[in-house]
Amino acid sequence: MAEISKQISLFYLLIKLGVLMFKNFKSKLTIMILFVVSIAISGCGKESDKPDMTGAAAKVYVAPGEYDELYSFMSGGFSGQVSVYGLPSGRMLKVIPVFSVDPEKGWGFTEETKAMLNTTHGFIPWDDAHHPELSQTNGEADGRWLFINGNNTPRVARIDLTTFRTTEILEIPNSAGNHSSPFLTENTEYVVAGTRFSVPIPQEDVEIDKYKEKFKGAISFIKANEQGKMEIAFQILMPGFNYDLSRAGKGKSHGWSFFSCYNSEQSNTLLEVNASQNDKDFIAAINWKKAEEYVKAGKFREMDAEHYHNVYNENSHSAKSEIIKKVKVLLPSECPDLVFLMPTPKSPHGCDVDPSGEFIVGGGKLATVIPVFSYDKMLKAISDKKFDKNIEGIPVLNYESIIAGEVEKPGLGPLHTEFDGNGFAYTSMFVSSEIVKWSLKDFKVVDRVPTYYSIGHLMIPGGNTRKPYGKYVVALNKITKDRYLPTGPELTQSAQLYDISGEKMKLLLDFPTIGEPHYAQAIEASKIKDKSKQFYKIEENTNPYKTATEADAKVVREGNTVHIYMTSTRSHFMPDNIEGVKVGDEVLFHVTNLEQDWDVPHGFSILGNNNSELLIMPGETQTLRFIPKKPGVIPFYCTDFCSALHQEMQGYLRISPANSPVKLKWNTPSN
Amino acid sequence: MKKNARMIFGIASLLLVLVYFFPIWDIKLKAPQYPEGLGLNINISSITGHKKNDLNSINNLNHYIGMKKIEPSSINELKIMPFIIGFFIAFGLIIVLLNKRVLIWVWLSLLTIVTIVGLYDFYKWEYEYGHELSPLAIIKIPGQDYQPPFLGTQQLLNFTATSLPHISAYVLTLSVILAILAIVIDKKEKI
Repeated sequence: MAEISKQISLFYLLIKLGVLMFKNFKSKLTIMILFVVSIAISGCGKESDKPDMTGAAAKVYVAPGEYDELYSFMSGGFSGQVSVYGLPSGRMLKVIPVFSVDPEKGWGFTEETKAMLNTTHGFIPWDDAHHPELSQTNGEADGRWLFINGNNTPRVARIDLTTFRTTEILEIPNSAGNHSSPFLTENTEYVVAGTRFSVPIPQEDVEIDKYKEKFKGAISFIKANEQGKMEIAFQILMPGFNYDLSRAGKGKSHGWSFFSCYNSEQSNTLLEVNASQNDKDFIAAINWKKAEEYVKAGKFREMDAEHYHNVYNENSHSAKSEIIKKVKVLLPSECPDLVFLMPTPKSPHGCDVDPSGEFIVGGGKLATVIPVFSYDKMLKAISDKKFDKNIEGIPVLNYESIIAGEVEKPGLGPLHTEFDGNGFAYTSMFVSSEIVKWSLKDFKVVDRVPTYYSIGHLMIPGGNTRKPYGKYVVALNKITKDRYLPTGPELTQSAQLYDISGEKMKLLLDFPTIGEPHYAQAIEASKIKDKSKQFYKIEENTNPYKTATEADAKVVREGNTVHIYMTSTRSHFMPDNIEGVKVGDEVLFHVTNLEQDWDVPHGFSILGNNNSELLIMPGETQTLRFIPKKPGVIPFYCTDFCSALHQEMQGYLRISPANSPVKLKWNTPSN
Repeated sequence: MKKNARMIFGIASLLLVLVYFFPIWDIKLKAPQYPEGLGLNINISSITGHKKNDLNSINNLNHYIGMKKIEPSSINELKIMPFIIGFFIAFGLIIVLLNKRVLIWVWLSLLTIVTIVGLYDFYKWEYEYGHELSPLAIIKIPGQDYQPPFLGTQQLLNFTATSLPHISAYVLTLSVILAILAIVIDKKEKI
């Protein structure tokens, strides 16, 4: 009733306003009233905008003890990590450390994991991780691995989905801002790495004004189909644009990869204005099968480009770094038919390929339409040589010849598009803060739903593959404003889950996420859950500092280094009384968790250590470095509540002055 | 003996071969911390976990209550049992050849005695494990023992222990029933 009377009074007010306006058209009063009314209307509008949440709770409720339908992997953005959520509940299951150190898990702090963060710039404890990408077989997510890019110091990481651990990180040379990455090909032949920033290649000390002359953009194709063996197969040196996002072709377009790029103006300052001048920038279509032929035929240049390859071995439970010296580089001007530029309106961001492989959708941040290119038309335009011009030896295709259609009036700020497998595309609109659903048949908008607020990427489970799972779309928002209880100047980050099984999209759930939920991937739980590793077999542990049984526990001094070969099992360490360590020694605790049972990690921490804890999975050996600074007796203890007598799981380390004659001594199982 | 009776007794003896391949007894343990359960199979010559590391885990847990470690290599019964069953198979086949009903009686009585002794021995083994606790046990509850049930389910602290015969126990029972059937048929056909 209140609502109706409000509407009526509003109507009455409007009529009054009309009469007033008629009477004194230019009076200040009218403007004032207009202002008040418009506020009233907008306030009213907001109230009726509130989505109808009936039935939503039941759709996201996963009863205690039940499992979620999907695993979802969300990048942590500037947290440098990946977090794992169950969908549809939005419950967080795990944070996987990737490019950033994580003291909780000892990632980057233990002797075994430090090498994972090595680069040509030394040890780097942080990065900005944007795009998780599940490995694929025949264009379908297969649940083997998750790849993710490190933006700031260009890197690509592989996460093993049996252990949910980062097992490989490859540094990308000649690149700067690894944003259009890892976007893989449909059998995980390659993950790609396109540079966001063009830079001098090879790097040199030049005036920034020499941008147009000296700066280039490298796009790398990385072999990825074998764990531990990522390798840059070749790089393509592109014009000095900003390479933004990418997708590989699918089905019939398998063999091609598409990269959106902006700043075709090649500006090096105030890009906000200077890179927004051209009517059209480009999506670069790269024929990587052709590139393979050129590499085979020896048409590449070998270039000095030192980079690191770090591999974590699940048997030795430790990482090793390898330095690779060179890369193979292809120049488009020397390799005809390798690259074509597709003109795309206004600073394209997203560049997405539909499940059939026919449509390539560009998301022009400042564009008023969403251009949809046709793969078949592109091939025809290439064979008919429908080229408008040539940039650094790369043909620019004629826009009209390759366009399949334009989505009219989609909203403001189109960014990314995913697909439901039923003939519809869903595009995120940053500026108008909404998801827009449109048909791939006639490119007409059929539905739109607001997001709260300013959506960046969106994700449909499998929505980037040949076989979308559909059912849901997740909005990955940039701003949360008033959606949650406030937490000071920095508010929570958030994702939103929508039901897309019906004709109309329906908001189901908001849930907070860690770091910026930049992009995500999701996959049926059944494709991962039964392969999950429960513990490491102690007999397969090849760590050189492993202690196989309590009887093997020992302490060994090598000069100023003291190796403590320690075991942990419920609820004690062996040895747990150690004497003869001196101030200034380098003490290495090599702790082996002897448990062979699921969900029994042990922790290890020692007072006054300028380091993290260890968190040792059953069957693993991990090493913590400690330099004692003061004489005394200090405790160490288990940090992960392991058993009823967890509080008893402790020990003492006696530290004597540097010149003390105290000899090494420790307890054994028999004394 | 008649042909049918001989054949049935032959089957009764040969059935025992299955005892080498299937567990005789099964002990299951469930606790809040082990929703998936832990378990032991008692086989003719070994004790194995339901899952690869169950025996390890059970031994590890048992150190809290001061129980001895279960070390299959030190249990003599597991060394003798294969020979005892082997004897019954061989003796049974010899009886089929000799074709004397009275010997089936002998075979049956011996098997019954062995089974009773075996079950008693198993009970005693469970009793000893459950009662002979280390004086240094971490958890000591006056009057509490940890003898697993012989047959059925029992609560031992946070663990629900269930002990039941497994396939080989049923094979033994079936073998005995068939032997009795052979005798009955043989008698009937003679009349």
